[in-house]
Amino acid sequence: MGRYLLRRLLQFVPVFVGTTFLVYVLVWAIPGDPFAGMCGERECPAAFIAGMNEKFGLDQSVFVQYFGYLGRLVTGDFGETFNGLSIGDQIGDAYPVTVRLALVAVAIQIVIGGIAGVLTGLKGRGFLDNLVLVATLFLISLPVFVTGSILQIVLGVEWGIIDPTVSSDATFGELIVPGFVLGSVSMAYVTRLTRTSVTENRHADFVRTAVAKGQPQRRVVGVHLLRNSAIPVITFLGTDIGNLMGGAVVTEGVFNINGIGGLIFRNVAEKEGFLVTTVVTLLVLVYLTMSLIVDLLYAVLDPRIRYD
Amino acid sequence: MRTRKAALVAMPLALSVALTGCGGGNKDTGSGPTTSGNSDATVSIYGTQPQTNMLPANATDAGAAKFIEGLYSGLVGLRPEDGKPYNLVAESITTSDSKTFDIKIKKGWKFHDGTEVKAKNFVDAWNFAAYGPNAQLASDFFAQIEGFDQVFTEDPDGPDGPQKPATPAQKTMSGLKIVNDYEFTATLSAPSSVWDQKIGYRVFAPLPDKFFTMTPDEFAKNPIGNGPLKFVSFTPNSEIRMTRNDDYPDASKKVKFKTLVIKIYSSQEAAYKDLLSDKLDFMEALPPSAKAGGKYKTDLKDQVLQANLLGIAALSVPDYLPEYKSPDLRHALSLAINREQITKTVLNDTFIPADGWVPPGVDGYEPNVCADFCKYDPVRAKQLLAKSGFTGKVTIASNADGGRKEPLEAACNSIKNALGIECTFVPATDFGQFRQIIVGRKLTGLGRSDWGADYASIENFLNPIFRTGASSNDSKWSNPEVDALLKKGDSTADKAEALKFYQQAHHLLVNEMPKIPTWVEKGVGARSKNLKSAQLNFRRQLEYASVEPK
Repeated sequence: MGRYLLRRLLQFVPVFVGTTFLVYVLVWAIPGDPFAGMCGERECPAAFIAGMNEKFGLDQSVFVQYFGYLGRLVTGDFGETFNGLSIGDQIGDAYPVTVRLALVAVAIQIVIGGIAGVLTGLKGRGFLDNLVLVATLFLISLPVFVTGSILQIVLGVEWGIIDPTVSSDATFGELIVPGFVLGSVSMAYVTRLTRTSVTENRHADFVRTAVAKGQPQRRVVGVHLLRNSAIPVITFLGTDIGNLMGGAVVTEGVFNINGIGGLIFRNVAEKEGFLVTTVVTLLVLVYLTMSLIVDLLYAVLDPRIRYD
Repeated sequence: MRTRKAALVAMPLALSVALTGCGGGNKDTGSGPTTSGNSDATVSIYGTQPQTNMLPANATDAGAAKFIEGLYSGLVGLRPEDGKPYNLVAESITTSDSKTFDIKIKKGWKFHDGTEVKAKNFVDAWNFAAYGPNAQLASDFFAQIEGFDQVFTEDPDGPDGPQKPATPAQKTMSGLKIVNDYEFTATLSAPSSVWDQKIGYRVFAPLPDKFFTMTPDEFAKNPIGNGPLKFVSFTPNSEIRMTRNDDYPDASKKVKFKTLVIKIYSSQEAAYKDLLSDKLDFMEALPPSAKAGGKYKTDLKDQVLQANLLGIAALSVPDYLPEYKSPDLRHALSLAINREQITKTVLNDTFIPADGWVPPGVDGYEPNVCADFCKYDPVRAKQLLAKSGFTGKVTIASNADGGRKEPLEAACNSIKNALGIECTFVPATDFGQFRQIIVGRKLTGLGRSDWGADYASIENFLNPIFRTGASSNDSKWSNPEVDALLKKGDSTADKAEALKFYQQAHHLLVNEMPKIPTWVEKGVGARSKNLKSAQLNFRRQLEYASVEPK
C-alpha cells in the first residue's frame, strides 16, 4: 500500500509539469492581444501596450515566460491579473465557495440519489420504481441551465422564497438551491447506478448466504449488500467531485456565484493567462488527489482488491 | 458578461458595453425597505470587474468608469441629459484663440484626505497620465497639449516588434504652466474649439499630493479623490463600496444616499433577476432576454429609465480594399439596409434608424444629412450596384457577443435580398480580437464600428473618426477637403462659427460614405422599487446625484 501510494504521488510531478505547460501555451495561443480590446473603438496608445507587455513579461518568448512563471509559482508567488489584483487572493476568495457548492451538491446526490436508488433496488418493479425512473429520466434530459433558471425565477423572483442570486458570503443555506441544480443530473445517475447495483447484488451468492445464516434483514442490507453495491457509485461520485471542484460555469453564472468555474471562464475570455494557468494547475492537483482517494477506497470497500 | 465580460467599453463607451464582469454579490445591498427619503440608504448598482487598475487615466472601461465618476470631479461637469458642459472645479476657463486656455479653479475643494485641490494637482496628474513610460491607457487624450511629443514616444516597430519606445526627453509637458495655487494655463499645439468641453472626460481628473509619494499600484489599492463619493473597499469579483463625501462643495453633484455598492455580476441576466426582486437598485442596460418582445416593459413598468444616448452605430467601409472603393457600391449597400424594419423587429425598438453620422441631441446635429442614401430603396440600390460593377461577396465583421450579431445578420440578409448578392456575417471571437483586425487593416469587407460620445459635440463624431490618421478612423479613409474643414473648425475660437465648419464636413461624408450609418440606440435602463428616482445620463451611466432613495 505504501509503495503504491508513493508511486501514485510521484506520477503527480510529470502530470503537473505537462499540464501547466500545455495550458500556459494554449492560453496565450488564443488569438488577439489581451490589451487590444481595452481601449474601446479606439486604437490603444503603443506605450500602453508596450508598458503592459513589459510589466507582465509578455515580450519574452513563451518558454522563458513559462519557466519564469513556474519558478514564481513554486515560491508561492501567484502574481497579479492585468488590473493589478492578486491572483492568490482571487483564488482564495473563490475556492471556498466552490468547495461549499460542491459539498452541497454531493450531499444532495448521496442523500436523495442514494436513498431513492436503494429503495427502488430493494423493492423491484412497481409504482415507486416507475416513478423514480421517469423522474430521473426527466432530470437527466433537462439541461442544468434550464433547471437553474426555472428555480431562480419561480423560487426567487415569483415566490420570493430565496434571493435570486447568491451573496458574496455564499453560506451553505444560500447554496442549497444552486447545489440542487448543480447536483440534479448527477443525482439522477447516482439513483440509477445504485438501483442497478443493488438489484444485481440482491441475488448474489453472498447475500443468499447471509440470509440463509439467519442474519437480520437490516444487517444483510446494511452491511453485506450496500457495501458491495457502493463501488460503482463511489467511482462515479469520485470523478464527479473532481468535476464539481473544477467549478460549475453554468450554475455559477445563473446564480452569480463567485466560484472557480466562473473565474476561469471570464479570465479565459480576457486572456488572463497567469490566472487561468494557476487555477487549472490547482484543478489538476485536485483531480489527481480525488482519483487517488477513490482508488484507495476500493481496497477499503472490497477486501478482494489489494494494491502491491 | 464580458462575455465578456467580455468585451469592453472604453472611451467611446456608449455602444460597446462590457458584458464581462465577475461573479459575487454582497451582504447588505440596497435591498429591503428603507425609510422614506432615507439619506442613510445604501444603493446598489450593476457593475463589472474593472479591467485595469483604477487610476483615472486608465479608467476607460464601463466597470471602472462607475467608480471613477464617483471618486473624482474634474474641472468641467457635463449635464447628464445632453452633455452640455458647466464649470465644476473650474471657476472659469477662458481663451481668446482656442489655443491657450487660462484655467482658474475654485477655492475650497478638498480631496478626501483633507488636502486642498490646487492647480498643481491637475497639472501633475495630466503630466503623469501623458508620460509614455507610465503606460496609461488614455495617454493620447493629452496629445493636444503642447509638449506631448516630448513626454510620449511612439514605438518604432509597433507593439509586437522587439524594439521598445525610446525614453522620452521630458517628464512634463511644456504647455502646462502653473500661475498660482488656483490658476494654470494650458497651451495646445494646435487650436481646438472644443477642448474646454473635452476636459469633462474623466481621464482629466486631478490626483492628490499623496499619489506622487507612492507607487501608482499602491495608490490604486486605496485611492483618494475629490468627488462626491469616497472609496471604502473593493472585493474583487464581488463588489466596490463607496460612501458619501459629506464635505462635497457642489450641490449639482452631491449625492442623497449614504453608501454606494457597485455589485459585480458575471451576467446581466443574473443582475436582472435581482433587479426584479429589488435586491439590486439600478442597471444601465438590460439583457437581451428582457428586451426581446419588449418584456421589460411589463416586468418593470414605471421603473424603466430612458436616456438620450449620444452614440451611433455604423459599418466601416475599409478604404484600403480596392473592390470597396466605389462610392456607388457604398451607396448601394447603404440603400439596401432596411433600417426601419431591423430596428423595429430585431432590435425591439430600442434603437432608431440613423439619418446621418451624428446622432440627435449632439451640438451641431442636423436631421437627414444622409437622407438620400440612408433610406431603404432596393430599386435604386440595384441600379447603383450595377453602375459600380461590383460582383463579389459582401461580408460584415464584428465580435458576436452582447447581441451584436443579430442586427448585423439582419442587415446582411437585407443586403442579400435587395441586391441579390451574397452577404455573410463574419464573427470575431471577442472584442479584443475584432479591434486587432480593424487596427491591423485586416478587414475583408464591412466592419462594425460604433461610437459613443465623450462629450456632446459634433466635433467628437468627426475628428476622431474621419480625420486622416485619427485614432478611430477604422475605414482608414482620408479626404483633404474634410481634413481642411475640420482643421478650420478646430482653430475657430467662436463656437457657433466652428460648428458651421464641422457641419460642412459632416455633409461631405455623404459623397464617399467611408462609413455606413445604421442605427442610434435609445438607452434603456431600470431602477428598483427602492428608489424614488434615478437618471440615466447621455453616457449610459447612473447620474449619482439624481438618485433618491425611498
